Amino acid sequence: MSLPARLGTLLAAFLVVVGGAIFVVIHYLLGGPPTVDYAAGVTPDSGHVVKVYLQEDPQTTIGNRPDWVSYFIQDPKTHKWVHTTLFQVPAGSTIDVTILGYDGCTPLRNPYWGKVTGTTGNVEYVNGKATPVLNSWGQCSVGHTFSIPGIGLNVPVASPTTLAANNSLCSTSPCTSGPHTTVTFSFKSPTTAGSYFWQCRVPCGLGYLDGFGGPMQTIGYMTGQMEVVS
Amino acid sequence: MAIETEPGTLQHPGGGEPTGAKDTRAWWQRPAIHTGVLGAVIGYLVGYYLGRAISANYQQISTSDAHDIAIVLGFLFLVIGWLVGLGVFNDLLRHMAGRPMPDTEKTNGDAAGVARYFRVTLDHKVVGIQYLIGMIIYFCTAGLLAMGIRTELLSPVHHVFSSSTYIELVGEHGTMMMMLMTSVILGPFGNYLIPLMIGSKRVAFPRVEALSFWLTPAAFLILLAAIPLGGFHMGWTGYPTLSVQDTSGADAYAFAFGLMGISMVLAGFNILVTVICYRAPGMRWSRLPMFVWGILGTSVMMTLAAPILSGGMYMLLTDRTVQTAFFTDNLGGSTYLFQNLFWFFGHPEVYILALPGFGIVNEILPVFTRKPLFAYKVAAAGMVGVALLSFFVWQHHLFDSGINPNMRPLFMLTTEMISIPTGFIFLVGMGTLWKAKIRFSVPMLFALALFFNFLIGGVSGVFVSDTGADTTEHGSFFVMAHFHYTIMGGLIFAFMGGCYYWLPKMMGIKLNEKLGKWHFWLMFLAFNSTFLPLFAVGWLGQPRRVFEYALRLQGLNDWVSISSYVLGFSILLFVINFVWSTVVTRDRETGNPWDARGLEWQVPSPPPVHNFEHIPVVLSGPYEYGDPDAPPVADLNPPVGVLVGALASAETEESEA
Amino acid sequence: MASVEAQASGSGQREPNHGMRIFIISLVLGVIFDALFWFLLSPHMPPGTMTSAAASEQFDINVLAAIAIPVMIFIFVYFGYALTVWRRRPGDDTDGPALHGNARVQTTWITVTSAIVLFLAGFGTYELIVPQGAGAGEGPAPIWTPPGAKLTVAQQIAPWTPGQVLVIQVIGQQWKFSYRYPQFGGFETSALVIPDHTWVQFDVTSIDVIHSFWAYQLGVKADANPGVDNVAFAKTDQLGKITVRCDELCGLWHGAMFDYGKVVPVSEFQSWASSSRVELASITKLLPPYATTYNPTVIPLFRLGPVVKKLGLFGAGGGYYPPQDPQQP
Repeated sequence: MSLPARLGTLLAAFLVVVGGAIFVVIHYLLGGPPTVDYAAGVTPDSGHVVKVYLQEDPQTTIGNRPDWVSYFIQDPKTHKWVHTTLFQVPAGSTIDVTILGYDGCTPLRNPYWGKVTGTTGNVEYVNGKATPVLNSWGQCSVGHTFSIPGIGLNVPVASPTTLAANNSLCSTSPCTSGPHTTVTFSFKSPTTAGSYFWQCRVPCGLGYLDGFGGPMQTIGYMTGQMEVVS
Repeated sequence: MAIETEPGTLQHPGGGEPTGAKDTRAWWQRPAIHTGVLGAVIGYLVGYYLGRAISANYQQISTSDAHDIAIVLGFLFLVIGWLVGLGVFNDLLRHMAGRPMPDTEKTNGDAAGVARYFRVTLDHKVVGIQYLIGMIIYFCTAGLLAMGIRTELLSPVHHVFSSSTYIELVGEHGTMMMMLMTSVILGPFGNYLIPLMIGSKRVAFPRVEALSFWLTPAAFLILLAAIPLGGFHMGWTGYPTLSVQDTSGADAYAFAFGLMGISMVLAGFNILVTVICYRAPGMRWSRLPMFVWGILGTSVMMTLAAPILSGGMYMLLTDRTVQTAFFTDNLGGSTYLFQNLFWFFGHPEVYILALPGFGIVNEILPVFTRKPLFAYKVAAAGMVGVALLSFFVWQHHLFDSGINPNMRPLFMLTTEMISIPTGFIFLVGMGTLWKAKIRFSVPMLFALALFFNFLIGGVSGVFVSDTGADTTEHGSFFVMAHFHYTIMGGLIFAFMGGCYYWLPKMMGIKLNEKLGKWHFWLMFLAFNSTFLPLFAVGWLGQPRRVFEYALRLQGLNDWVSISSYVLGFSILLFVINFVWSTVVTRDRETGNPWDARGLEWQVPSPPPVHNFEHIPVVLSGPYEYGDPDAPPVADLNPPVGVLVGALASAETEESEA
Repeated sequence: MASVEAQASGSGQREPNHGMRIFIISLVLGVIFDALFWFLLSPHMPPGTMTSAAASEQFDINVLAAIAIPVMIFIFVYFGYALTVWRRRPGDDTDGPALHGNARVQTTWITVTSAIVLFLAGFGTYELIVPQGAGAGEGPAPIWTPPGAKLTVAQQIAPWTPGQVLVIQVIGQQWKFSYRYPQFGGFETSALVIPDHTWVQFDVTSIDVIHSFWAYQLGVKADANPGVDNVAFAKTDQLGKITVRCDELCGLWHGAMFDYGKVVPVSEFQSWASSSRVELASITKLLPPYATTYNPTVIPLFRLGPVVKKLGLFGAGGGYYPPQDPQQP
């Protein structure tokens, strides 16, 4: 080959490689679910209260695969349920969380996580009733948990308790109707900014060893991050 | 054993007949990389949908929504389709059908142009170049992943990647590096140079050799396919039960790593037989170049250790797809089983990554000191000693894992004993420098840097082999710095030295010396600046593979990250130098630029298709510098009677025995 | 030095004794650096001296460093000397001397390196056995144990009195360590609190994948394997804060799997333990009885509620196998 032909081939190969690399980085490495912003327009002060709404849904046949059990977060502006597990809150505020538990019950892998910790008063309110401990082995009581280990928060999210309710769970997510519980609790967000991961502790990755694959290890399903901004 | 008959019949690679049909088809009509890709795509689709059909009613598949069976079958058929498309099986089928073999050398070997590099060939020199380019591409890809890791570690609080992506990057970087490092020197330099160094016209099994290379693109692309499949989140060690639990990306990991194991066995086996059986007359074991000794030891370890890897990965795949329970404790399996299988491969592998580097520096030092290699036998014993001992140390990776504690003193002893043969290599290097006339050419600089880096790597190895100290160091950045010092500081520096030293031989092109010096100094300083602080980072308590670390370690981590960018830039300089010299300027260098005595330098550069016109008769060792009475290294045109006579005497010996 | 050497060889004078020069330079530098290391750096080497295990690891690292420093200095000095003195002079295209080896040098080298290595192996073995396993996980049947180690469940659940070996069970789970104190009724907590001047026995296990319990300041590291009780020992000598990190890649949030513990005076520990016991009583009674390992995939029948039973949820497995399968991982 002549020198111009060699140089041309070289340039073409170079562009293909760089283009491919940029595509992979943007599409696969930097992509991810969106972040719901509860901190926008909030000037943090200690008295501020942020209301966060989540729901956890059973394994349904939503359009996008995989159709695992999943959390949804409500966008505070549009009030639409967003399929994500990333949300942003202001630092040093009181966070009031409401979780709609649409999923049925599953025993916790370690029953220790049936105890509520880290919330105001170390209790959660299940349909308005103050509850400090849920027994997931003895009763049909826990659907998933909402745990932020970095701040010692652990809230087992109650599930519908009856057999009938567990056999007629909502079938399209995000759920709008069907048997569910309403769990509310509040906690103080940390005063230092940073990312705090949260996770579910119920082995709900159905079909995976230990029940801890799939949704349990995929951001946007059963685990995510709470971004604290100051 | 080292005797060969006259060329023409037995030394004809592939066994084709000179009168065989000549392939005159146009390049795109002949099997090559494009037909291979076509075959791979068809194969994957066939396998994938076959798998979907087979597993359609499995409840585990529908609940987990992970089609592992389909994906693994897809990969399997992909590899078969890729090889069929490349024409790997054509000669085999032809032979079975009793049809004449084409004259492979005429049609594949000396066909000029770049098209032959995209085909399955029987010429070990073409395979060597294929390996060289392939390995540089894999190395740069894996290196870019490392840049991603270091970018994430710039801050313990703010994250560039999600934790999932970060572990994917870590796993991809580690696995890809470990896969390519096994072949980074054995592949290009081993395949290309071993026949030239031992005076043979060919390798023992050219088709096996070609297959070993053509499995690597499949393995690396399948490994990269883990990213769109959701990545794998268990690092290059792939410990169950995490790897059984992980998303479908782990199928790609296990399949690719197992496939690379097969490639390693094939590559090692071919070279092993070649060195034992294809040495020219007079190429005694005591005259074998040190590089050949190093590659020989590597081949032994590869042939014996890599099957364990492939077996372990196969078991992991069955655990993941058809739900066997080899590695699940409460179903009767054991996670320790995998750890033992993995490290029984994994620790010889570490020395698979060390010996070729030792071989290259021992090859380079005599040339640039103009002295014989000091203590040749000690050097050979060092290589053999490392290779043997490497099979008896693997449990030092399990010191804290809860294995039988009685084993610990034993494995501490064997691990520390391996510094004795490694010390031989230092003795040889230091002895060769004694009263030498050192020329600081680029290959020599890289060889000297290996001693500097490997000393730090080796001494830190003693720290981690001591069980007490290892309690703190195990699984921390200290270990990570240790093996980067031995692998990157040893093997990659040797690889770079080998490139500068042998490219004039392999391509007839000399790399730019000035750019080479820039490359060396930048790489040497940036490498040490990157990995030396990591010893401290590990000692101060930072575990491997974490994306969040202590705030007080941010300064050190930032220093390391910035150094790693400089290190990446130095590798870019090498790539620029390589591409510029081989594609654009092409400064011809056909002679013996280093004035080296090695047999490979006695033939023109690049060597003719048949390597040697006649089988040479080796007259003396390759390192007889400074000895005016030493005979030339070989007689390239031996009188006809020599070979016949040698052959006759060999036959007599055989019949007597 | 280089020019001196050039003159010497050029004018045919007596060749200097290179070996002696290198030896003396390395000896002087080795002694200086070793002394600097030992007196300035060694008291601050990781992982500190909070426990017997940590102190023994620090001593190991210091001894290894004190041996490594002269060895490395000798080799660096040799290379530095060689590269300065024996480099090619401009215009000199001759070869070096045809030196193939030197039996005395080779024998000395092999003997010295072998002696160092065998000494290190002996020293390492001693340092492993005497400090009760040096803080490393010894598996379910530890052989280097402190007096009074509690190796059976019966011993482990007997109430604790100061001076006895304190048993702490470390349970690894994705992605948090929790701690059980069997000698105090078997309560489970997220806090790691340890009394001072006490032998502590860590029984490390996991209920899912492999983790590794690394309490940096305690000098303790033991892998948490599912179904395996991995035992490690350390005796606390100082008060202070402990950083615990998971040291074996365990999935998505491995990097964030860390927490902190503390070593406190015995009296403070006792009051913490008894108040925790009361505070956590409501959850302790729901836990499976204390055992060395746990298999949460099979829930004891008497604990299963009627709805849970009717739904077919007999274990916390996750349905790896179809429900009709008797075993679930």
